[in-house]
Amino acid sequence: MSLRIVVCVKYVPDATGDRHFADDLTVDRDDVDGLLSELDEYAVEQALQIAEEADDAEVTVLTVGPEDAKDALRKALSMGADKAVHVEDDDLHGTDVMGTSLVLAKAIEKVGYDVVIAGMASTDGTMGVLPAILAERLGVPQVTLLSEVKIEDGVVTGRRDGDTASEQLEASLPAVVSVTDQSGEARYPSFKGIMAAKKKPVESLDLEDLEIDADEVGLEGAWTAVDSAAERPARTAGTIVKDEGEGGKQLAEFLASQKFI
Amino acid sequence: MADILVYVDHVDGAVRKPTLELLTLARRLGDPVAVALGNGAADTAAALAEHGAVKVLTADAPEFAEYLVVPKVEALQAAYESVSAAGSLAAVLVPSSAEGKEIAARLAVRIGSGIITDAVDLEAGDEGPVATQSAFAASFTTKSRVSKGTPVITVKPNSAPVEAAPAAGAVEALAVSFSEKAHGTKVTSRTPRESTGRPELTEAAIVVSGGRGVNGAENFAIIEALADSLGAAVGASRAAVDAGWYPHSNQVGQTGKSVSPQLYIASGISGAIQHRAGMQTSKTIVAINKDAEAPIFDLVDYGVVGDLFDVVPQLTEEVKSRKG
Ligand SMILES: Cc1cc2nc3c(=O)[nH]c(=O)nc-3n(C[C@H](O)[C@H](O)[C@H](O)COP(=O)(O)OP(=O)(O)OC[C@H]3O[C@@H](n4cnc5c(N)ncnc54)[C@H](O)[C@@H]3O)c2cc1C
Ligand SMILES: Nc1ncnc2c1ncn2[C@@H]1O[C@H](COP(=O)(O)O)[C@@H](O)[C@H]1O
Repeated sequence: MSLRIVVCVKYVPDATGDRHFADDLTVDRDDVDGLLSELDEYAVEQALQIAEEADDAEVTVLTVGPEDAKDALRKALSMGADKAVHVEDDDLHGTDVMGTSLVLAKAIEKVGYDVVIAGMASTDGTMGVLPAILAERLGVPQVTLLSEVKIEDGVVTGRRDGDTASEQLEASLPAVVSVTDQSGEARYPSFKGIMAAKKKPVESLDLEDLEIDADEVGLEGAWTAVDSAAERPARTAGTIVKDEGEGGKQLAEFLASQKFI
Repeated sequence: MADILVYVDHVDGAVRKPTLELLTLARRLGDPVAVALGNGAADTAAALAEHGAVKVLTADAPEFAEYLVVPKVEALQAAYESVSAAGSLAAVLVPSSAEGKEIAARLAVRIGSGIITDAVDLEAGDEGPVATQSAFAASFTTKSRVSKGTPVITVKPNSAPVEAAPAAGAVEALAVSFSEKAHGTKVTSRTPRESTGRPELTEAAIVVSGGRGVNGAENFAIIEALADSLGAAVGASRAAVDAGWYPHSNQVGQTGKSVSPQLYIASGISGAIQHRAGMQTSKTIVAINKDAEAPIFDLVDYGVVGDLFDVVPQLTEEVKSRKG
C-alpha cells in the first residue's frame, strides 16, 4: 500500500531582498526575487526521508501561489519529489490565511493523502498557524513543530520542543505534520535531480477545479484587513568606538548613562 | 462594556508574564474574562484578579496534558460560547507562543473568525480592535483589523506593561465536553525544560547574546558572566546554536525566539536579516564585533569594534564594580 505524502510549500520573496508592500497593502511579489521558502525545504527533506524509509511512497508538492510559484515546485521536484500541484487563479490575489488554508485543504483532498507535511512558518507571513488550521479543516490530527519525525505502520511520532517542555507526540494517519529547521539539513538538488525534475508532472488547478467561489478568497474574501503599512523609521545612527583597550569600560559608561547599571 | 476573553498561559498555576501584559491590553478594549485550563488552573485567579480579570473561567481535565492543542481549543470554544451567549464578546486574546498561536488559529476556524497573529500593540477602533504588527523582519509596521467574526488576536510578549488593576476575578468552573478530535494527538512523554535560574528569554528586560564569534561552547561562559552581572537572559545566534554551543531554546531570530527587551547586547553576531527579525524592536541595542563593517552596527545605539574576548570580560568587571 502506497504512502501518499503531500508537502505544502510556499513561494516567498527573498528575505535578503528589499521586501515591501504593494499599493493594495499585499506583499509585493513583483519587485523582489522569489524562491522556495527555506523553511519549507525542511518539509521537503523530511518527506523524502520518510518516502525513502517506506516500502512504497509518493511525494507530491503543493503550492498555492502566482505563476512564478512554479519555481518553488521545480526546486522541490529537483530535490526528489515525484510530482507537483500548482493552484493558481487570478482571484487568489490578496487571500489571507483562512482562504489559503481552505484552498490547500480542498486541493489536498482532491490529490489524496495519508500525511501532509508543512514547514514551521512561511518566511514572509511568518504566522506559523497554517498547519494547525489545515488539521482543523481536514479533521485529522495535527502533529506540528517537530524537530524529529518518523512514520511507521500508519503511525506518526515525533518530538516537539516547546517553550516549557519537550514533548513526544504520536498520532495515527492520516495526519498533518509540520517540521522545524531543527529537523535536519535539507539536501541540495543534484544535477541529475535538476534534469529529472524537468520531466516530472506539474498539474495546475484553479478555483473552479476545487469548487471554491471567488468571493471566499482574495482580498475581498479575506477575514482580516490591513489598514496601513509604514516603513519602520531607520534607527538613528549610534556611537561606534574602536576598542583601544578601554572598549569594555566605555561600553559600561554608556550603559550607566542609560541607567542600565 | 463588552467582554474580552483572555487565554491564560500558566505553568501549574503560576501565570506567565505575557498573560499579565495581555490583561493590560484587554482592559483597553473591555472587561477581561480570563480562561485558565489544566493543572493548577484555579490557582491563577489571584494574580489574574490583581491585574484586571473580572472573571476567571477554569477547567481541569487529564486531556489538557495528555493530548496536543485540541482539548484547549475545545475548552476555549466552550468559554467563547458561554460568554457570547451571556452578553457581548468583543475579542479573544491569546499570548503568542507557538502553542498559543495554534490554539487561537483553530478556534478562529471553528467560530468563523479572522485571526491576527503576533500583534505588538492593540487599541480600540471604530470597527473593533486595531492591531499593530511588525512585518518583514520588523522593517515595517502595519495596522490591521479582523473583518469577520469576533476578532481572535495573538499578542507577543513585551507588548505592554504589566499593570495592577484589581478586579473581582470571580472563579467560575467552565463545563467542557471533549469531542473525538480532542484525542487525535497523544503526548506520550513530556520533559520539562530545566530552569537555568536566569530570566526567561522572551520576558527579560536585558538580553545578552553570543554568536559565531564566541567560537566554542566553553566560551559562552564569558557571555553568561556578562548576563549574570546584569541580571539578563542569554541568547544565541543560529550559527552558535547550529554549532552546538548553546541550546536551541535560546536562539534569537526568525526561527528562534523573538525578543524585545529594554537592552540587547550582541557579541560576535554579524546581524543577518533572520537574526534581526528576532531582536530589531529592542529599545536599546549594543554590539561588540571585530568587523567594523558588520551589519549589526547599522542597528546599534552603541557599538564597540573590537575583540569580544577583550571587551566582554572588561565590561563584566566594570558592571560588577559599578554595581558594588
Ligand atoms: C530560514 C532561515 C532562518 C534563520 N533563522 C535564524 C534565527 O532564528 N536566528 C539567527 O541568529 N539566525 C538565523 N538564520 C541564520 C542567519 O542567516 C545567519 O547565518 C546567522 O544569524 C549568523 O550567525 P552569527 O551572526 O553568529 O554568525 P556570522 O554571520 O558568522 O557572524 C559572526 C560575527 O562574529 C564576529 N566575530 C568573530 N570573532 C569575533 C571576536 N573574537 N570578537 C568579536 N567579534 C567577532 C565576526 O566579525 C562576524 O561578524 C536563519 C537563516 C535562514 C536561511
Ligand atoms: N500559499 C501556500 N502554498 C502552500 N503551502 C503554504 C502556503 N502558505 C503556507 N503554506 C505552508 O504552511 C506553512 C506555515 O505557513 P504560515 O502559517 O503562513 O506561516 C508553510 O511553511 C508552508 O508549508
